[in-house]
Amino acid sequence: MHELGLTQEILEIVTQRAQDRKVTRVVLEIGKLSCVLPDAIRFCFDLCAEGTIAEGAQLEIVQPPGRGRCRQCGAEFNLHSVLAHCVCGSSDVEWLCGEELRIKAMEIA
Amino acid sequence: MCAHCGCADGTESTLTNLQTGRHVHVDSAGREYTHEHEHTHSHGKEHAAIIRLEHDVLLKNDRLAEQNRGWLDGRGVRAINLMSSPGAGKTTLLERTIRELGAELGLRVIEGDQETTRDAERIRSAGANVIQINTGTGCHLDAAMIGRALRQLDPPRDSVVMIENVGNLVCPAMFDLGEQARVVVASVTEGDDKPGKYPYIFRRADVIVLNKMDLLSHLDFQAAAFEQAALELNPRALIFHVSATRGDGLESWYRWLRADSDKATS
Repeated sequence: MHELGLTQEILEIVTQRAQDRKVTRVVLEIGKLSCVLPDAIRFCFDLCAEGTIAEGAQLEIVQPPGRGRCRQCGAEFNLHSVLAHCVCGSSDVEWLCGEELRIKAMEIA
Repeated sequence: MCAHCGCADGTESTLTNLQTGRHVHVDSAGREYTHEHEHTHSHGKEHAAIIRLEHDVLLKNDRLAEQNRGWLDGRGVRAINLMSSPGAGKTTLLERTIRELGAELGLRVIEGDQETTRDAERIRSAGANVIQINTGTGCHLDAAMIGRALRQLDPPRDSVVMIENVGNLVCPAMFDLGEQARVVVASVTEGDDKPGKYPYIFRRADVIVLNKMDLLSHLDFQAAAFEQAALELNPRALIFHVSATRGDGLESWYRWLRADSDKATS
């Protein structure tokens, strides 16, 4: 359950930047190909935020889709799963995006 | 994403009135969303503010991993991140490797477990210097832990450091430690469908060691199916079939370790 440690890291970054002002909203980007479960982050977020300046903050999660390039034929296409193949049949796919795990923005009161 | 409020999903467009500063989000169904509120307070420091961060959550770890990589490169030391589920045979593989190749490669070990120094004691008995990291509740090693352990271990020039990660096929996949190579140990007692079930760790492996091959005749494990699934995820992975307890097939593993450490020192 690496989501617990990741959520602690997220809250550390956010509370540091907020400088004692109340954090009311956090916008996270979790790519569809990242091995992070948004629901687990949500679960941990409320627990970890308790007693901090981010307690009660609304957590918004954006999930950008994956995109890959086939190393065999060079085609670029959207990746909906880790196991996705290129139409040419090759599974040798370079991931261009979709593994993001980023704090996009936050709102402070 | 809206630069003013950070709104990201569900809205198609934003209208901003430059005169009033009012902005409205419109979603695909034409519904409007505003962020207006009663202005009974002053617009001083207390006003809600949106701060754009664009901060990668793993940035700290990734930076520390790069520092570790630089530290290792500076000494010509090769670090190998060994990952598997609990019980796949990482420690047994290491014990045998230390006995048969330890002196030649100058093998050192960093052991990761939630609790106990049991594995580190086994490694020491096999004849290698070892640092044990106990992660407590942690399910993986991270770059900060490895940075500290490397300084304690103080590997000599041109040696090889094996990092035995916490037994877990999920979390260690995400954390760069600063290693030069990633090895996943799988065993035939685990089932041949492991690559598809834990794709991230297999996708990122340079080498896959399939262990406990001596037990194959007692099990319904299709080595070809395992290999096919692993190569579908990671066509460039090298796969070695071994039995760490009996020593079968270890020549290819040793050959790779030798070649790999030559690469570091050349």
